[in-house]
This record gives sequence, structure tokens and C-alpha cells, in this order.
Amino acid sequence: MAFSLTTPAPGTTATATATATVSSSSSSLFLNPYPSQLSLRLNKFGSLSPKSFSVSCVLAKQSTGQMELGKSAVIQDGLSVLQRPDSLGRFGKYGGKYVPETLMFALSELESAFKALATDDEFQKELAGILKDYVGRESPLYFAERLTEHYKRDNGEGPEIYLKREDLNHTGAHKINNAVAQALLAKKLGKKRIIAETGAGQHGVATATVCARFGLECIIYMGAQDMERQALNVFRMKLLGAEVRPVHSGTATLKDATSEAIRDWVTNVETTHYILGSVAGPHPYPMMVRDFHAVIGKETRKQAMEKWGGKPDVLVACVGGGSNAMGLFHEFVEDTEVRMIGVEAAGFGIESGKHAATLTKGEVGVLHGAMSYLLQDDDGQIIEPHSISAGLDYPGVGPEHSFLKDLGRAEYYSITDEEALEAFKRLSRLEGIIPALETSHALAYLEKLCPTLPNGTKVVLNCSGRGDKDVHTAIKHLQV
Amino acid sequence: MAITAKSVSFIHLQHNKPHSLFRLHSRSFVPFSLKSSFSPPMAISVASSTLGLSETFTKLKREGKVALIPYITAGDPDLSTTAAALKVLDSCGSDIIELGVPYSDPLADGPVIQAAATRSLARGTNFDSILKMLNEVVPELSCPIALFTYYNPILKRGVEEFMITVKEVGIHGLVVPDVPLEETEILRREASKHKIELVLLTTPTTPRERMKAIVEVTEGFLYLVSSIGVTGARSSVSAKVQSLLQEIKAESSKPVAVGFGISKPEHVKQVAGWGADGVIVGSAMVKILADAKSPEEGLKELAEFTKSLKSALL
Repeated sequence: MAFSLTTPAPGTTATATATATVSSSSSSLFLNPYPSQLSLRLNKFGSLSPKSFSVSCVLAKQSTGQMELGKSAVIQDGLSVLQRPDSLGRFGKYGGKYVPETLMFALSELESAFKALATDDEFQKELAGILKDYVGRESPLYFAERLTEHYKRDNGEGPEIYLKREDLNHTGAHKINNAVAQALLAKKLGKKRIIAETGAGQHGVATATVCARFGLECIIYMGAQDMERQALNVFRMKLLGAEVRPVHSGTATLKDATSEAIRDWVTNVETTHYILGSVAGPHPYPMMVRDFHAVIGKETRKQAMEKWGGKPDVLVACVGGGSNAMGLFHEFVEDTEVRMIGVEAAGFGIESGKHAATLTKGEVGVLHGAMSYLLQDDDGQIIEPHSISAGLDYPGVGPEHSFLKDLGRAEYYSITDEEALEAFKRLSRLEGIIPALETSHALAYLEKLCPTLPNGTKVVLNCSGRGDKDVHTAIKHLQV
Repeated sequence: MAITAKSVSFIHLQHNKPHSLFRLHSRSFVPFSLKSSFSPPMAISVASSTLGLSETFTKLKREGKVALIPYITAGDPDLSTTAAALKVLDSCGSDIIELGVPYSDPLADGPVIQAAATRSLARGTNFDSILKMLNEVVPELSCPIALFTYYNPILKRGVEEFMITVKEVGIHGLVVPDVPLEETEILRREASKHKIELVLLTTPTTPRERMKAIVEVTEGFLYLVSSIGVTGARSSVSAKVQSLLQEIKAESSKPVAVGFGISKPEHVKQVAGWGADGVIVGSAMVKILADAKSPEEGLKELAEFTKSLKSALL
């Protein structure tokens, strides 16, 4: 089932064949959301024929549970075959492990455990069961009829908008996909103390939830300013039995909470697992978190095939650290005909200097263990970002996004607080879905995107979270 | 000994004056780096005024002494106090001084040094102002200085440009706490090109094989992190340090300095007794300057504290 990921020839029958097999083996998607070594080899040798493809399909199906780390990527014309990430955890020049030496052993241990558990049938079965019965997967791919109608031009033409309903997951966002998998991994590592950072609180809630579920001690670091913005989520985490530690240092937001979580990990590394919540941080996190969220894209491929017999034409997702976007994109990176659009937070506007548009305005540097684009000043000090959405209010971005941006494989745009708020209201009114403010950034970009798209273009937008948590913030800005 | 070194550096200072002045008034260091690369004798003359890190350890070893290595954060409470503190530390028996470059996200630092960095940055300390201060102070010091800085400020400036610039102000060594062995390649290449000793760290969680690889490539000395955690004073030094020192000594004859959590004369004595070649004291120094009623009080206390550590090593 993993073969279709590495299908290198856009629009060939090989792709269609492979995709069809994906949909027929959907039950095992969760068991092995990873491409096999085999398909990597096929790509390397440039074997593009449908025949060799079906061979790889069969073999891949038999090797359920087999996983490889770092799949091959055929970017554009199949000219560059790249492993993502490489053995040092790099996506091109991005990524790596820029951490204090104390953590190096734990990172190696984590990588080994991740590799081992990928081929551990029992672990995969347990994870699949929890994702289904506890998280509530699969999440629907919902046709947003009235939103689609909203973007129809005078002649009745326009794109079709579909929402991947990650907001319907338990705890209300995509974050739980990763949290539940990492909690299981921590259990296997024998670590009973869990720490996590959180911005909007969604990752904190997801982590507190899985810790309650698995009986693990849970400490959440959260910027003091974010605790105020997201008081509801703070209560939820406490209700779930987690300790929420306010972080006052620096700007008292997500970046500082992340630094503090890393310091805790440096100090308690022998007993503690750090459930990092985005595709950021040192290797193996960007790869591991991406792979735990890859289920979003895999389901989307299957559901698209079922609904319209093809692939999506355009994928849209918001990007803070970039986990929901990577979860959706990963499956389609090699389907070069599929446009991938990431939407960052422009805060008060890109030119205001008060934004969180790292890929649009940042420069390459190292933050929280990885090389990536960052918001920094002339001295290399990290700049305080701004966004109305706490989940996007981060001065860095996952290294793979930096890589995809430089390659030109994914496009990145930005949306202001104001535009996001309008989209927040629009989706509530048109579809009866209150989106998270993070998701609202992706939704707001539809205003710019849709008029440019040909009739019938299939747009899949990752509805990454629900907006109940943001009502408190929205009240201050919206007249309803 | 110190007097001799100082008089030597004084001569060089005179010698360098027009050069230094020009540089200080220039906003950008780029033309200077170019200029200095065309006049290598200048750069070398500054650097040669004091011994390097490994040379310092060699000399101390010969004398049967253990190096005292204090750490302070540049710009806390202000750069003129830092300049004065460097002179105080130098004259009170320090063998090497580690100077911390304040950074917005210091992952390896505990609350004391974090807060010092935040205050320093809030006061407007930047890398150019630190260089300017060093340019004036280093010629007056008899012991070498190692900069302790996170990687991003180095990257932002450009690794090569950074090495050239710090060499010009007379820096001998560099500690970059968020760059582990695997990521040191570029740093090591540029550091060695510009004769800066790049000090690597090993910790209690570092497996023995890995420690061997680290000690192999570290320059100046091996920085042994005494405990699992970030910087900051602790009540006692983990007994594991003793066995770690034995392990390292079994693998290499390179000097080893122990840091993180060392805050009292008793600690210093204990670690020296276990065979360390040097002891690094950071947060306790930073705290003295931070808590003092005035910079003058702070400098006075700093002198007393440094002397108390020094006498524990005698």
C-alpha cells in the first residue's frame, strides 16, 4: 500500500493502479502508514512501468507493518531522487540535530525505538485500534457545498471545496494522531513521565488526554500569555490530570514553552519522553511526527478515489510548525500534479513586522534543534512572532517545509488576523462548522485561490481543528 | 608571569592602535575582515599576546595546577561592568575565562544564565558591542578567553566571518552548546582555519564510544558536563563525575574541565581531587553580578568569590 507514495510518474496508469489498490487495502493504512524500502529501490532504479509497479504492490502488501524511515522523493521530472530525511535527519540542508549533547543519546534511542516499533505488528495493531475506537478515525472528507457555492463565479463555474475533518477527532484537532502514537512509544520505551509544549493548547490537551488514557504522568509547558488566551484549554488539561507549567521567560509564548520543555528533557531525559507536537525540533521528530500524521493524507487519497475517482488537485493547510500540513502533504509530495499550499499567519500584516510568516519572511537559521527558516534579527536573535492564533504563533517552521519551499514543490502564502477572523465567521455561517483560528488561515486563503482555479478543481482543505477554544478570542474582535 | 604577559600585550596594543580604532568606528566588520586577511601579522600579534587554551593547560599541568575557568554573561548588568569583571577575574587567578554571548533562546542554560541573557539583550547588548568591548579589554588580560555562544548568532554572521571577527579581537576558544559532534564539521573547519580552539562537550548520558569520538576532535580541552541537565548551581557534585573522569583519562591525555553545577570552593576542590584538569564555574558568578546592589559591589564580591575558588585549588 505504500507504493503509491513513490509513484514517480504523474498521471500515468501506474498511479491509478496503485491508488486503486490503496483504497482496497484501506484497513491496513493505519498499520503501515509508511512506504517500504522496496519502493525506494524501485524509484532509484527508475522503474516506472506499471508492471514493476504491481509487483511492488503485492510485495508491499505482504509486508504489512514494514516501515522505512525517510522515503524517496522524486521531485519534478524525476530528476532528483532524494531521501527525506537522510541518515543525519536532514531534508536537504534543513533539519539535523542541534541540541545539547545530553540529549543525543535519547534522540538515538528514540529513533531506534521508532524504527523497531514500525515493524512491530503488535504495536501497529494497538495503534490502529486506538486511532479507530478512541480517536474516531477515519475522519470524513466532507464536501462543503455552500462554501463551494460561495466561490462560484457568475457563470456558475468554480472549484469544489472539500474539508478533511480533523476537527472531528477526539479532542478536536489533528494533534491527537501524533500524541497517541508517541504515548504508546513512550510506554514501549519504559518512560512514565511525559512532557510537552503547547501553543493553542490543542497539543497540550491531546497529550494530557493520551496520558490520562495510558496512565502516564503529564507536564505541559505553556507560555503564560497563551494560558491567558487559551484559558479553556488550560482547564481541560488540568481536568485531564496534567500539570500545566506557565512559562514566563522570553515572550511567554510557544517558542519559550518549547525551550522550557527541551530544558526539562535535558534534565530528566532518563525518565521522561518529550511528546513534541509539531514537525519541528531535532531529528527524528520532524520525520516521526510527520509519519504519525501521514494518516491524514492517506485517508484523503482513498476518500478522493471513492468520491470522484481521482486525486485532489489542490491541497490547502495552515502552517505554524506545520504538522497538519505535513500530514496532508506527505502522501502527495511525489504526485507533482497535486498543488500543495501552506498558509502562514501574517498577523497584523507582513510589512508590520508583527507576524508569524516564517517561510514568507524568515531567514535560515537554527532553532529548537533544527535548521530551518526562522524569524530572526540581524544578530541572529529570535524575533517575537505575532498571530491571533496561538497555534501559529511560532518563529520557526518544520524543516521539511523549508525544503519543500526551496524546491518549489509546495507554495506558501500568508493571511492576516483580520482575514482569518472573516473566514472563521464565514465557515460558521456557511457550513455550520466553527473552525479553529489556525484553520481559519487556510480557509481565508480560499478567497484568493478560488477565483484563479478552473471549474471543477478539487480542493482539499485540512480542517485541522475546531474553533470552540477560540470563541473567547473571537468575541473581542467579531460583531455577530 | 602575568605581568610579563601583560607587558607583552601592551606593546601589541600600541602596535595595533590605528587598526583597532578604524575598526571600532566601522559599522560593518566585513571590510575589516578582508583587510586583516591581507595583513596576517596583525591578527597573529593580538592572538599571540596570551597562551591558547591547550597551551594554558600544558603550562598548568607542568606546574601541577588545575585551571580555574569562570563564566560570565556579556552585558549583564552592562558591558562596562563585563569589561571590569573580566579584569577582576583575570587578576584574581582565573586561568581561562568563558564569556557567554547572550541569546534569546538559550536551551542549555538554567534560570540564572537565561535571566542574565534576557536582561543583557533588553539593555541592547549585541554582538558588535561585545566585540568592541573585547577589543578594548582583551589586550589587558593575561588569560585566554573562550566565547560560549549558541549556534544561530554564528550562522547569522556567517561561520567564517564569525571566526575571523572573534580572532581579531583576541578570542582563543569557542564553546557552542547546541552543536553536538555530528553537526560540528563546518564549525571545526572554520575554527581550525582561523586558529580558534573549538571545545566540545561530553555528558553523563554520552555513551563511551561516542565520548571517545568527541575527545578525539575536541580542541583546547574536553568540557565534561557534570550532571544531566542545564546550567545552574547544584548542592553537590555527582559522584559519577569521578568515574567519568577515569573513563576519559583512560582514552585520552587531553585536558578535561568539569562544568555545570559547580558553584562552591568545596565542589572545586572535590572535582580537582578526582583528577579534573580544570573546573568551570558559571551560574554562581553570574548570580553574584546579578544580585549585587551595584556593579561595584558585584565586582568586589566577584573578586572575593574567585579568590576563594582559587585558594581551594592551591
